Amino acid sequence: MRLRLSDEDAAFRAQMREFFTTKVPRQIRDAVAARRHLTREQLVESQQVLNAAGLAVPHWPVEWGGRDWTQLQRHIWHEELQRAGVPPPLSFNANMVGPVIAAFGSQAQKERFLPPTASLDIWWSQGFSEPDAGSDLASLRTTAVRDGDEFVVNGQKTWTTLGQYGEWIFCLVRTDPDAPKKQMGISFLLIDMTTPGLQVRPIQLIDGGHEVNEVWFTDVRVPADNLVGELNHGWDYAKFLLGNERVGVAPVGASKRVLADAKGWARSVDLLGDPLVAARFAELENELLALELTALRVAANSADGKADPASSVLKLRGTQLQQDVSELAVDLAGPAGVASFGGDGSAAPEWVRMSTPVYLNLRKASIYSGSNEIQRQIIAKTILGL
Amino acid sequence: MDFTYDAEQVALRDAVRALVGKAYGDFENRRRVVAADPGFDAVLWHGLAEMGVLGLPFAEADGGSGAGPVEVAVVARELGRVLAPEPFLSSVVMAGGLVAAVGTDAQRAEVLGALSAGDRVLAFAHTEPGARWTAAAAAVSAIRRDDGWLVTGTKEPVGHGARADQLVVSAVLPDGGTGLFLVDGSATGLTRQGYPLVDGGRAALVTFEGTPAEPLGEPSDRSADIERVLAGARIIAANEALGAMEVALDTTVGYLGSRKQFGVTLSHFQALTFRAADMYVSLETTRSLVAWASMVLAEAPEQVIEAGSRVGLKVARAGRHIGLEAIQLHGGIGMTAEYSIGTYTAHLTALEQLYGNGHEHLGRLVATVGDHTEVDPLE
Repeated sequence: MRLRLSDEDAAFRAQMREFFTTKVPRQIRDAVAARRHLTREQLVESQQVLNAAGLAVPHWPVEWGGRDWTQLQRHIWHEELQRAGVPPPLSFNANMVGPVIAAFGSQAQKERFLPPTASLDIWWSQGFSEPDAGSDLASLRTTAVRDGDEFVVNGQKTWTTLGQYGEWIFCLVRTDPDAPKKQMGISFLLIDMTTPGLQVRPIQLIDGGHEVNEVWFTDVRVPADNLVGELNHGWDYAKFLLGNERVGVAPVGASKRVLADAKGWARSVDLLGDPLVAARFAELENELLALELTALRVAANSADGKADPASSVLKLRGTQLQQDVSELAVDLAGPAGVASFGGDGSAAPEWVRMSTPVYLNLRKASIYSGSNEIQRQIIAKTILGL
Repeated sequence: MDFTYDAEQVALRDAVRALVGKAYGDFENRRRVVAADPGFDAVLWHGLAEMGVLGLPFAEADGGSGAGPVEVAVVARELGRVLAPEPFLSSVVMAGGLVAAVGTDAQRAEVLGALSAGDRVLAFAHTEPGARWTAAAAAVSAIRRDDGWLVTGTKEPVGHGARADQLVVSAVLPDGGTGLFLVDGSATGLTRQGYPLVDGGRAALVTFEGTPAEPLGEPSDRSADIERVLAGARIIAANEALGAMEVALDTTVGYLGSRKQFGVTLSHFQALTFRAADMYVSLETTRSLVAWASMVLAEAPEQVIEAGSRVGLKVARAGRHIGLEAIQLHGGIGMTAEYSIGTYTAHLTALEQLYGNGHEHLGRLVATVGDHTEVDPLE
């Protein structure tokens, strides 16, 4: 057992901290700290700053911009990034379609897509969930029918996060409706979102924001070259994609940053000395410490990079604490917390105005990426053998 | 940063697991041992001494084997897994720890040598009726008489206080401050009423009436030493609790997989398996914090008091969550003394109350929550 980071890892940490707090524009980090929705331009600029320094896709194969870091270094990279208020590289690009193309795509697909995917010159959207295929993703019904050198896609995807900015969408589509198991007839298709017949419609959320969309496909013609890997093997690639991450599953650094800021908010309303408030800070700090150490333990003690069922623990507990921190902010905000849309014309400080929308918005965290109930199912079955 | 035991620590773990497993692997044996005084197995105690376990934390010059806190933690976790009732925490870690911290060269060699050899059981007579985990003594006092010292007052509960051959006693000094003294089990003016605890452990009401006592080290204020050794003992107790929680969850999972109702095993009911999953989350996050606190004890002594409270709070929360759910998921059988699971919960409860409960540790963390922006385990 060893408490401290090695000199090498400590130096790595200092280097990451230095970069994130000096090279990523202040305005972008301030927007993250204020818990605003970032603009498309801000997200692109931030990722391009990272990518230029080789810090956008460190977990990819070295050939395509990866860094061959240890799991612990990747963990440190991710924590320092969040701590500094740097928006993480767009997950659809960096964590989802990029690794799938790198692992299963053709050479031509890799050359065409991977560089602009890393640099966010292509903005990817995710086309997985459907109105009747949420946690039960394999029951998806969007079809792709081969017609000469093309597939013809019909159906509807939903919960497409930031789809309003999307230029390409990676989709799971049903290519064999007669397969003996529903998982077996699915393929992984890359679709240009400017193709005729593809329509993006906004879904307004309970926080008043526009973050997710429906994507409709009506006779959308997709070149057959845009199929990733083998026909009818899309489910394997989706599982690879969803089980790919063991680092960065729990938003520890971001929750710690918000909790630290919330101490300032509590002071500003003279509540940090209130024993009930202080007890919540102390309890949350302790639970976040336990979670951070768990994430470190998973990262520090893994060499193979294989999916670890401990990811479910990190996701479940990480999102619970993220939500708890947002709830504390609402309680600190008090009555002015309802002035969510008062803007700068309101006397309420921005953190007060943001508190309720963020609290409502973060309900998504225990629903997306495998709901917390799905995570409990994974823990019960895979880890406990129940 | 490394959360794993090295090869020697794994070997120690396996050796201790085999030894205590032979004694208590069958829960019925533990029931039999705790049913009669002294409430532990003297043969096993000597076995632990022969293995070098009782002298682990002490310097070789003092008769110990000079190992570190991580090795002590390894042992505690194994004792926790089988609810071994031997007085390792109270005698070796707490009382022995104080002798090691403040005893003179001669006292350390004499007392710790006998303790390490399994020839002497120590107890730390510190808690006073109505006291709540303070480092200071209040109503037990020491006075100087001729060329010696006498202590007077009442301590309770004193872990293994009735069986102990020698007591380490905290007492208010004539000029204030809390001194530490050694009192022999056969001293005049010493009365001890032993009793079993809810988990089968042992404690005693110990009364001193002008009882001859020998200052442990210089007779000066030792409350800072007591606080530090207590915090270290909390971290070791957390390892013991972790071992108990691991087995409590394993036992519960085993039960869910074998007990049948409505024609199927309980594992078919998501209402139950989801609760087991939540217990696992509690266990894993506790495992991490306990490992961290143990490393702090080994490598960053200046942070031990804070780490003791952090791990104390987490273990209290997780111990209640896992312990109470373990009983509920078992149903009626979990209420019986014959079946192990309820005793695991009783032991987790006893550990929490002896070494500082969640309420206490939360209060301590609250007192300092405004002093820092964030908690960074890597700094």
